[in-house]
Amino acid sequence: MQIPKFNSESIITAIIKIIGYSAILFVGLIFYFLLSEGLPAIIEVPLSEFLQTRWYPIEDYYGILPLLVGSLVVTIGALIIAVPLGLLTAIYIAEVASRQTKEILKPLVELLGGFPSVVLGFLGLLILSQYLREIMNLPTGLSALTGSLILAGIAIPAIVSISEDALDAVPQSYRDASLALGATEWQTIWWVTLPAAKSGVLTAIMLGIGRAIGETMVVLMVTGNAPMMPTGLDTLFNPTRTMTATIAAEMGEVANGSTHYHVLFFIGIVLFIITLIVNVTASTFVFRRKKRSERILS
Amino acid sequence: MKTKNKIITEHLVLQYSDGTESLKDISLNIPENSISVLFGPAGGGKSTYLRVLNRLNDLANVTKVAGKVQLCSESGDCLDILDPNLDVTSLRRRVGMVFARPVVLPMSIRQNLTYGLEIAGERNRNRLNEAVERSLKQAALWEEVQDRLDDPAVDLSGGQQQRLCIARSLALEPEVLLLDEPTSGLDPISTGKVEASLQELKKSYTIILVPHSVQQAARAADYAAFFLQGELIEYAPGKKIFTNPAVQRTADYVEGRFG
Amino acid sequence: MKPRTSPQRRNLTQRFGFIFLRLVAIVAVLPIIAIMIYIIYKGAPAISWEFITGFPSDGMRSGGIWPAIVGTFFLTLLCALIVAPLGIGAAVYLAEYAPDNRWTQLIRIAIINLAGIPSVVYGLFGLGLFVIFLNFGISILAGSLTLAIMTLPVIITTTEEALRAVPQAFRVVSISVGATQWQTVRRIVLPQALPGILTGVILGLERAAGETAPILFTAAVFFLPRLPSSAMDPTMALPYHLYVISTQVPGMSSEIQYGTALVLLIFVLGMNLIATVIRSRARARRQW
Repeated sequence: MQIPKFNSESIITAIIKIIGYSAILFVGLIFYFLLSEGLPAIIEVPLSEFLQTRWYPIEDYYGILPLLVGSLVVTIGALIIAVPLGLLTAIYIAEVASRQTKEILKPLVELLGGFPSVVLGFLGLLILSQYLREIMNLPTGLSALTGSLILAGIAIPAIVSISEDALDAVPQSYRDASLALGATEWQTIWWVTLPAAKSGVLTAIMLGIGRAIGETMVVLMVTGNAPMMPTGLDTLFNPTRTMTATIAAEMGEVANGSTHYHVLFFIGIVLFIITLIVNVTASTFVFRRKKRSERILS
Repeated sequence: MKTKNKIITEHLVLQYSDGTESLKDISLNIPENSISVLFGPAGGGKSTYLRVLNRLNDLANVTKVAGKVQLCSESGDCLDILDPNLDVTSLRRRVGMVFARPVVLPMSIRQNLTYGLEIAGERNRNRLNEAVERSLKQAALWEEVQDRLDDPAVDLSGGQQQRLCIARSLALEPEVLLLDEPTSGLDPISTGKVEASLQELKKSYTIILVPHSVQQAARAADYAAFFLQGELIEYAPGKKIFTNPAVQRTADYVEGRFG
Repeated sequence: MKPRTSPQRRNLTQRFGFIFLRLVAIVAVLPIIAIMIYIIYKGAPAISWEFITGFPSDGMRSGGIWPAIVGTFFLTLLCALIVAPLGIGAAVYLAEYAPDNRWTQLIRIAIINLAGIPSVVYGLFGLGLFVIFLNFGISILAGSLTLAIMTLPVIITTTEEALRAVPQAFRVVSISVGATQWQTVRRIVLPQALPGILTGVILGLERAAGETAPILFTAAVFFLPRLPSSAMDPTMALPYHLYVISTQVPGMSSEIQYGTALVLLIFVLGMNLIATVIRSRARARRQW
């Protein structure tokens, strides 16, 4: 039989290879455009100016400290709620719940992960903030606390999903060995299973941090958007302003190429670098998410 | 009777990058229209040698290959199998392979058989149907499946699946058929059917078989090669090697003193 | 050595421990159900033919949300057309072709980074590259491209997992009967992985459809009196519209707000449901 020669083979292979490398191209493009639009800010605004505590662009005050601190406060608040809640829920789903319960709970949590953040922001604005204002007798319900609570709702699905995968990936023989030595299931969870899943759990927490710090719409809608430098613990109950919300709120109103425009891109660079560090740290925990593919496809 | 050699192997050396199984200076000529059996303990290089013959070891991490392996046609032209510029797809159509575990492709019985031909560009319905019937008959499966060629191939029993895999190779009308422990997962009856069809097939094909037991080796072999830790210890007609081996290690293995 | 705690005591700890865990799980999950029920309860009365197919009127305070629905539909569709070939192609490269070397490692790091970049930073990037540098203006095209790059890592990751789940033996068999690598991918691997790939693509698009920040400066506008006529037009979009009517318009009726939230939720969770159905049907039919 005559065998047709497949010249198309090498062309297709080349195309696939180019597409394969596109992710590197896109990261490069993103970094390039952030730099090209954001770096002029350092020339236009002296560095010492950035480290001031006043953000008031109309009068050329570009202190980004209150925004940075705002992001940190809201994110830490969210983590204080989301990490224990998410981790314990993951332990319940992976180690305690029956099969049926597990098959209801896991999709439900992942459903929450699919909620558009603007819907959660909307509910935070209309319901949660009103409620908090009334029961805590605050002048406004739009505060760092409200932001943290809703952000926790965004971080929880990520933390639950990945931690559960990690716990699920711990070989059954570990648990069996522990039980055979006379440990209860409860002891086995804390002394054997959880330590064995440590790297996956850490990855989950890092990705939760990434989600929370990068979230925009929720904080834009419920934190009250006042760029104030924190003074004490009551910061939680005051309006605050994050880096993401600042970009979202102000980019629509600035002239392209103005100092304000460059500074907003500069904040974008700061965000980019922070999430880069968070994600690279997360990926060094080297938890291969093999289990997830099995769950999707089996 | 002087038989022609189908495959000529001279000083073949092969090494995997992880240093596992390797071949050490193998020289071996496989006569055509016969069953040559490669036997010996696991890890001795039998499968590796098979995979050289249709270049499937391209898929593995091979660090070193040396020597010469040739595939010779009726007219006496010989093809250098190790040639890096060789069109491996056409080599693989000339040298078919059947694996230990029956792997049917997730499609119908008919599609399993026509897959290789369609890949090669055959579009003619009649010729495809002819190939389906011929290969199924050769693999002694036609009677059992002729009424349900469009059923999913996974619905077949294990023995039927393995014969389908043999038929799938035969559909391409290869010159050489490589079988790597084709009956290891089968019951005795299915094994018997496969062995019987091999005896038929050797009239038109050159067959190289890695058997799953010494008994099977003795039953099937026209020629037998004893592989041990990457070395070819002895190569002789089957009758001789299983009754009166020339090398002591072969005798020890055949008589079950190690293995 | 004697155990420091008696068996009874340990069993009690375990019993209370499990009850505690169950309570925590309920606390984490109950709000999800409550939110859904509440939005349906508050939003359902707003849903009507006029609401779905009408234009907003009276400064958004009455009328419908049709242009926002259409806008989100086209943004998502165009995003799908851009990202599906890119994402699937990249996944095929990683799962089937890529050697295990430093360059492949670099691609993986790039994908991890793409996945972690905040959505508002994608918005900045889209503004800088598509809106200004390539001069697409605020348009569906600029928005879809931005969303496409944002969803790319999700689609690459899920598609690669789907491809890797196809048994290696199929590839070896295909190669052994003389198929080339691309023939093997196209005729065996891709068809077998298709349900998994579709699931991944839809889950990626679900995220694109619900996002606001990336389209804030690249595609979305407050109000349009007509539907967009081409990909170069700006558009209204459901998530942005919900943001606008819940923060920017005083005296908004909460019925319209909840109605809009409900439609957005149906749009997004409907995609989730389709993905789930594809996944479970493929699971039932699979031959391996």
